[in-house]
Amino acid sequence: MRFLFRPPAAEAAGLLSLPWDQPLEEWDEDLLLEVPQRGISRHVVRFTVSDGKVYALKEISEPLARHEYALLGEFEAEGLPSVTALGICFDRPDDQQAILVTRYLEYSMSYRYLFSGPRAGEPDRLLDTLVQLLVRLHLAGVYWGDCTLSNTLFLPDAGTYTAYLVDAETAERYPTLSVGKRAYDIELARERLGAELMDLQAGELLPAELDPVEIANSLPGRYEALWDEVTREEVFRVDEQAVRVAERLQRLNDLGFDVGEIELVTSPEGARLRVETRVAEPGQHRHELFRLTGLEVQEKQALRLLNDLRSYRAYLEQRTGGLVLEEEAARRWLTDVYQPVVRAVPEDLAGRLEPAEVFHEVLEHRWFLSERAGFDVGTWAAARSYVQNVLPRTPAVLTTPSVIAAHRAAPAETPA
Amino acid sequence: MAAIEMKHIVKKYGDGFPAVNDVSLDVADGEFMILVGPSGCGKSTLLRMVVGLEDITSGDMVIGGVRVNDKAPRERNLSMVFQNYALYPHLTVFENIAFPLRLAKMDDGEVRRRVNEAADVLELHEHLERKPANLSGGQRQRVAMGRAIVRQAEAFLFDEPLSNLDAKLRGQMRTEISRLQRRLGITTVYVTHDQTEAMTLGDRVCVLRKGKIQQVASPRELYEQPVNLFVAGFIGSPPMNFLPATVDGARLTTPFGTIDLDERRAAAVAGRDLLLVGIRPEYFEDASLVDEAKRPLGTIFRARVDVTEWLGDQQYAYIPYEAPDAIRTQLRDLSKELDAEELRTQAIVSIDSTSRIREGREADFWLDTRKVHVFDPHSGDNLTRDADAGAELTRMATEDRLEQVGEARERSAGAQTGGAQAGGARSGSSRVGAP
Repeated sequence: MRFLFRPPAAEAAGLLSLPWDQPLEEWDEDLLLEVPQRGISRHVVRFTVSDGKVYALKEISEPLARHEYALLGEFEAEGLPSVTALGICFDRPDDQQAILVTRYLEYSMSYRYLFSGPRAGEPDRLLDTLVQLLVRLHLAGVYWGDCTLSNTLFLPDAGTYTAYLVDAETAERYPTLSVGKRAYDIELARERLGAELMDLQAGELLPAELDPVEIANSLPGRYEALWDEVTREEVFRVDEQAVRVAERLQRLNDLGFDVGEIELVTSPEGARLRVETRVAEPGQHRHELFRLTGLEVQEKQALRLLNDLRSYRAYLEQRTGGLVLEEEAARRWLTDVYQPVVRAVPEDLAGRLEPAEVFHEVLEHRWFLSERAGFDVGTWAAARSYVQNVLPRTPAVLTTPSVIAAHRAAPAETPA
Repeated sequence: MAAIEMKHIVKKYGDGFPAVNDVSLDVADGEFMILVGPSGCGKSTLLRMVVGLEDITSGDMVIGGVRVNDKAPRERNLSMVFQNYALYPHLTVFENIAFPLRLAKMDDGEVRRRVNEAADVLELHEHLERKPANLSGGQRQRVAMGRAIVRQAEAFLFDEPLSNLDAKLRGQMRTEISRLQRRLGITTVYVTHDQTEAMTLGDRVCVLRKGKIQQVASPRELYEQPVNLFVAGFIGSPPMNFLPATVDGARLTTPFGTIDLDERRAAAVAGRDLLLVGIRPEYFEDASLVDEAKRPLGTIFRARVDVTEWLGDQQYAYIPYEAPDAIRTQLRDLSKELDAEELRTQAIVSIDSTSRIREGREADFWLDTRKVHVFDPHSGDNLTRDADAGAELTRMATEDRLEQVGEARERSAGAQTGGAQAGGARSGSSRVGAP
């Protein structure tokens, strides 16, 4: 047998003791982790834990495993939202297929939950998220070939979602994508989306007001609109160029894209604007928050947390009557505000939402309570009320696998 | 259903390299055409230009009499079969086949008619109301085929559909695809790098090399009358043996003795110096087992056997031979191009499974000289190819196909007047569970 791992993969060492020579289907249950709310897969897929981290193992033919491993590596390097591949195992005995190991995307949600759970009823938002992923991939020259909800995971991001590609088996990479390839990719996505939603409907898992056919058939239009917005060339009068450029950049940011370079060509007839949209997810706020606090969160969550940090800094300055350095404010915000809120989550509710998302929801809850009370109730009261009244409504099935695994290791604290 | 005509198709990428170079190919209505060749020969690129995934640099792509160069994939009304294997656990088999039509908002009666018709062809009728979890592996694949059938596309396209299946399922699927294509009589283009798939599935096979067509012919014509070394070496397993030879009149001298050519072939090679003789493994036999009546049709030679391989119903012997450096280089390059591993300076010889020829010993072999071909080692051309005999083989294959397509159409006409079985109401199950 042979193992191929991409450094840094010290974490892989713990995985090496697994029985790779045996078919995944025959692995001892004790080695595996049951992960709820999975999509449809035509391969044998299992999950395992090592050093508190969760991994997905998929049995596929060696050429496909190598192909997917290489592509996921490229995607990661370029900042495309995809799961990351840890390695592959091949040359297994008895001509068995290879196994691709990917890192589990903690706190992610599947479409099955999002379209049928308590948060259902926002198909527009989910669809726009999926379309954003597809546009990002197409900009990067990636033909997906199997854009489905099953192959996508959604990470909550301050009340919205970021879509991650989970399966790159059929994906192909080109310098640029032909119009035909893009059109075909969308056509495949439309059909599969429709089938997956019809499947939920047949299983009585889809709210009655959602029509699979309407939702699926709206995908191509949404895609075209976004693609046009991020790629089109604009022509306008020279005297309005400053305003128009600013407007365009703002619109692209609002749509979740960063601009790498803008090209402006002026002539007596007017100005022509061409933007080069970055394929990587925007990360300005994430990087800023990480620099200040060491927290790794999604982009919109980061903006939310930074805003709270800034208001906390203002409060400190008002209280001390002097300047408080940003770094100092960040340290105190982390220990005095963020961590206490996150720790307010009791053990039996742990792992249902990412800590940063909990914090975001507490801030939302604080606004809601304050509106009702007519005065600012403060973050602490909001956090107490939130863990009592709001968080329990997030079902246990969403508990992220690494927390399930931690509980399993310490069974006395099994969640209800 | 429609014919597909490719006229002087060229595909150049940014660097100017022609991945497909002036390909003209007509796929007849109802024909099963295979595009085959080693990796990089342009077969997938060509298929993708049929589908509309790749822009066509120059030339015309005509489907059903209409030029489609500028049409989007969707507007070409073609079905990529096995593009979507996924089975949806809560949908019945009926709805698993029907959903593309539901998305197109087709009326219920028409959906029912099409799904029932497809189910008849696929023998899935008794499963239509069940959930896919109960289906066998083969039946699952047939559901995927059903999705392609109900679209009533102009043609079916396959892009190496079996390359990631295990050997057993691959064999099963080959049979299923062949049967299905015959029953539906639908125009089909099928890309593969596997010559066994090519030979067993295709009415005609188009062999490509570096973006150019080498030969388009029935499997039998390719096998018996290849146009050049490349086709001769690519088609057939185990592959054709190539021996160096010198010519004197009608007599070739090879490492395995002399071969006397008939008048036609002798004339074709007259005046040449060094040549390559192409001999298929089954043109050899253990001399002690050859019928007296057959013996004079070939020659006998004595050689030392390196290895024998006994497979029960057949047996192979490997006989090393000497070749001049120029020929060795030539054969090495050919092996490389064909994605083959071995350096071919040993002959693979098929002998009767009862033969007692032993490894490491000398033995007498008989060689049937009637069917050997002689190639020019430089150009690779087959000097002794009998074009008329080849064309006759392909004509016979075409006749068979027309007959089968005719029968298929009569059957489907009969089925439509006979009335399809009712069934296939949309279902809503309350069962919730993983697949």
